[in-house]
Amino acid sequence: MDKSLILLSTRNTATIFKKELRSYFNSAVAYVVIVVFLAIIGWFHTSNLFLMNIASMRLMFELVPIVFLFVVPAITMRLLAEETKAGTIELLTTKPLHDGEIVAGKFLAAWALIGVALLPTLFYYITIAFLGRIDNGPVIGGYLGLLLMAGVYVSVGLLASSLTENQIVAFIIGFLMALVLFMFDKVLFYVPESLTSIFEYLGIDYHFSNIARGVIDTRDIVYFLSVLGFMLYLTVVSLGRRRW
Amino acid sequence: MAIAVRNLTKFYGQEKAVDDISFDVKTGEILGFLGPNGAGKTTTMKIITCYLPASGGTVEVDGLSVSEQSFEVRRKIGYLPEMNPLYHDMNVVEYLEYAAQLQGVQSSHIRSRLKEMTEVCGIGDVRHKDIGELSKGYRQRVGLAQAMIHDPEVLILDEPTSGLDPNQIVEIRNLIRQLGRAKTVILSTHILPEVQATCDRVVIIHEGRIAADGTPEQLQSQFRGADQLALELKASVANALTDIVPKIKAVSSVENVTYGTQEGETHRFLVDVARGTDVREELFRLAVQERWVMLELSRKATSLEEVFHKLTVGS
Repeated sequence: MDKSLILLSTRNTATIFKKELRSYFNSAVAYVVIVVFLAIIGWFHTSNLFLMNIASMRLMFELVPIVFLFVVPAITMRLLAEETKAGTIELLTTKPLHDGEIVAGKFLAAWALIGVALLPTLFYYITIAFLGRIDNGPVIGGYLGLLLMAGVYVSVGLLASSLTENQIVAFIIGFLMALVLFMFDKVLFYVPESLTSIFEYLGIDYHFSNIARGVIDTRDIVYFLSVLGFMLYLTVVSLGRRRW
Repeated sequence: MAIAVRNLTKFYGQEKAVDDISFDVKTGEILGFLGPNGAGKTTTMKIITCYLPASGGTVEVDGLSVSEQSFEVRRKIGYLPEMNPLYHDMNVVEYLEYAAQLQGVQSSHIRSRLKEMTEVCGIGDVRHKDIGELSKGYRQRVGLAQAMIHDPEVLILDEPTSGLDPNQIVEIRNLIRQLGRAKTVILSTHILPEVQATCDRVVIIHEGRIAADGTPEQLQSQFRGADQLALELKASVANALTDIVPKIKAVSSVENVTYGTQEGETHRFLVDVARGTDVREELFRLAVQERWVMLELSRKATSLEEVFHKLTVGS
């Protein structure tokens, strides 16, 4: 399997990616996600903008990570659970392609959907930039952080989806795992002092806020990519468990 | 493109699903895999198609090991699982395209393969419909088209006709016959007439073991006990038991005669003869000689159903 992870074929991954993305847009899922996203963020964002009279997107970057906690597991819950339930996983795994390609294709499709859902929020940026002077550093960092955070949540959700054939269970597991990652640096107060630095390091929001300040540090990037990679690896292992 | 299964064993936890089975499928043969539910048919097929690993033993497809050269094997095999793997939100063309891409069919060939398969499987009319809207018979055809989209040399079909109505069964059966001409096919079923209608050879599997292996005709003759003839005569005799039975018994190779029913002058008998002998001619001469009128003389053939029943329920 180690070899298979290196030798992923882009063609196979692209085939899975396109199929998944198309089924998001063929069903209502993609549109519901985009609308929910815009509605929640739009409401808080505009009310804040006019109340506080500050040309900043800080509130949006505080809000979206919480919205992600619910929205991302909802996007990823069906990815593998549905295939297991419908038996179509047998179609995929008896074709000449690696489990890693299946996981990669599905991961990228869900990630891309989040990316697409984030795109319209650039409109808020444009209005703010038009109304006042905006510091571009935190905006670029914020978007990068959101994308990385979404990537981690998608990989977590995909792992959850591989563990069960019930989509609701997959959603709940995915949500809880994402919540744990999110809460690590929120519970420092209750943690023995010797462990605080570890908890802080594990907290996804800690790294996100670093990047969202506009300081793009390799250590934060490494955190996101390693969690993401580890979750995808576990998903591949979990998908291969029929062979145990 | 022969398939060789050697000492194949599969455990699910402690439970032995497949117990040391060996068989061969020759190139171009249609093999019927017969057995009651839970006999190990599906498990064996899942191992051949590289979905599950074997616990012991080997499977080779065209000399390639399913465990060592899994990808090469998967390219050669077309597989229709028991639970037809369809995406209900895709239409037929999208689905077949997806399957072709996954199977590694070259992009330039996909269009022509798709056209051919929709024609052969008779799904041209529904090709732009969502699979979720199709009837069970059409879905099964789409499944077959999926399994053959890359023109595989080996076809593994797990209960391809289950859940279909009798007309659809005949259609799918003909389709398999027609498509299987140039391919090596393994077909599992628990419906006996299907095997007789479709397969060149039968492997009967029971509780994870092979109970019988041969052509449908071989199995029928192998499991036939003494041959039996049904005989109906019209004769004006006082007592059939004393006047007719001893005379039939005197014919060579007749082992036993059972007197059945009587209606007026019509008498029925069941005549057991030694296996592999035919005494119909002698019986006819006897009847002529004794001036009996012969109303019926027929051979009772053992059906594959009886063979199956004997093997799987036990005698």
